[in-house]
Amino acid sequence: MSEMLALDFMRQAFVAALLAGIAAPLVGTFLVQRRMSLIGDGMGHVALAGVAVGILTGSQPVLTALVAAVLAGVAIELIRASGRTSGDVALAVMFYGGIALGVVLIARSSASNPSNLTAYLFGAILTTSGGDLALLAALTVVVLVVTTVLRQRFFAVANDEEYARSAGLPVLAYNLVLAVLTAVTVVVSMRIVGLLLISALMIVPNATAQLLARSFGASVRWAVLVGVVSSVGGVAVSYEAGTPSGGTIVLIAIGLFLTVTVVTGLVGRARRAAHRRAERHDHEHGPRCGHDAVEHDDHVDYLHDGHRHAAHEGHYDEHGHHHAPEHDRPQEAGTR
Amino acid sequence: MPVSDAPLIDLRSAAFGYADRTVVSGVDLTVRAGEVVALLGPNGSGKSTLVRGLLGLTEQQGGEVRLLGVPRAELHDHTRIGYVPQRHSLSATVRATVAEIVAVGRLPHRPWWKPAGRTDRDVVAASIAAVGLADRADEEVASLSGGQQRRVLIARALAGHPDLLVMDEPTAGVDRASQDALAATLRDLAADGTSMLIVTHELDALRDVVSRIVCMDDGHLDFDGTPPQYAAHLAAHAPGAGHHHDDHHHPTRPAPVGGPFDAPREVHP
Repeated sequence: MSEMLALDFMRQAFVAALLAGIAAPLVGTFLVQRRMSLIGDGMGHVALAGVAVGILTGSQPVLTALVAAVLAGVAIELIRASGRTSGDVALAVMFYGGIALGVVLIARSSASNPSNLTAYLFGAILTTSGGDLALLAALTVVVLVVTTVLRQRFFAVANDEEYARSAGLPVLAYNLVLAVLTAVTVVVSMRIVGLLLISALMIVPNATAQLLARSFGASVRWAVLVGVVSSVGGVAVSYEAGTPSGGTIVLIAIGLFLTVTVVTGLVGRARRAAHRRAERHDHEHGPRCGHDAVEHDDHVDYLHDGHRHAAHEGHYDEHGHHHAPEHDRPQEAGTR
Repeated sequence: MPVSDAPLIDLRSAAFGYADRTVVSGVDLTVRAGEVVALLGPNGSGKSTLVRGLLGLTEQQGGEVRLLGVPRAELHDHTRIGYVPQRHSLSATVRATVAEIVAVGRLPHRPWWKPAGRTDRDVVAASIAAVGLADRADEEVASLSGGQQRRVLIARALAGHPDLLVMDEPTAGVDRASQDALAATLRDLAADGTSMLIVTHELDALRDVVSRIVCMDDGHLDFDGTPPQYAAHLAAHAPGAGHHHDDHHHPTRPAPVGGPFDAPREVHP
């Protein structure tokens, strides 16, 4: 590790990985929520055209890619908001037009070679320059601040757009802001992860987080943690193994997802075996159900025919007999 | 609570619809504070278009629409009309707790940059308690039963401190125990003076909650009166038929047009 950190380009690669690992899952959460998991992929396609323009005109590819991705993001939202059935086809034309234009322009430019294209498409650790890094850090701060401040509003709009509209929230404005943030994230991640794999770093850590978290707030934090572990770990492995960083990062993210799937599956099964559901009854416990409420650790149980019932998910758990030590059952570990 | 005694809803030959199609027209309806109105009618009669029109979700295409004493376009305090959509709008693509969903109802009450304060949290807790879900506030909504999820949506609307709750089919597809709890919640709200407009197919579950019944058919109102008047109306119009409004209003639909590759479709009687 210290050997890696002694290298300038590796230090830069690690910082770029950290930035991408933070930004991508933050934005991805809302894309997953809106069932738009693949939209980052499309923006990546269009960003390639921007990269090509940058290379051809001798300006910074990061900036031209940012312009192309932001324009694509705004176009996507406006097409979606118009609700036309032809919108889907319009998006396909835009995405494939973008990547085709990018490939053709990059091939025509004398300043570039085929490995350059591969680096943009699949990520490379050698490509991040110091100047890029300052810009990427600034963009990541923008993503972090905006998603933190607007988190509840993005959540509201993605969760139930119609309710948000009826409550007078500016739905289109929030969707446009989210589209711009997605574009920014595409550009932040493009060096390390590659334009064809960016979407994976937005989505896969969120899939893992859904397995670990029990609330929206917690799932966002888990997603960022998983994203950073994948991207930084991926860069380290990529250096050791000589593999493209983007593919390595995505494989690590998927490996984490599969591992967590298996472990949470086993834990869930053990919990279900350890906790007992109370019998079904045709009413809900509450202040007026007529059953006595008793304090039990951190929650309230209701005394139902001598049994303690505690609310759990949509049902009640059996928390054992009350005032009857000879029948008392051992406290189940998995209940609450 | 309403500050003036202007009607909550005041429609004069109102028409609503979508871009090129008027679904509801010629509707005169006045709802005053304290009323609990059931809006009945067969599928496709325009009930949802009407309530969505009140909420600004379908286009107003004519007539006069006044909400809380002002024309709809001038109503800026949107949460005063609390919308409780059908449950399927509670998306389950990501984890969310009851409290997180209900907190959404507070958002229009503060500027976009301001985080939730103490008042917001207190109102959210009180709204969850009002629908009887206090002990499930931190559960994930997806793990709750259908009826419990409806009550989460009611709590979200309550958190906005509405003058009027507008509910779309709150009891549809809800199991018995949940339906009782849901009816109890609505009864509590009515007892507290909450005004409600409830679109429903199932009057049975809400019979002792509603104070007035309005029926729609084919885009028009065709009955407006008290529950006893409604019973008399049914008896007069459908002798021998059941007690259900749907049982006697058969919308006239054109026969479906099908091409050679269309499977034969069932024609509504």
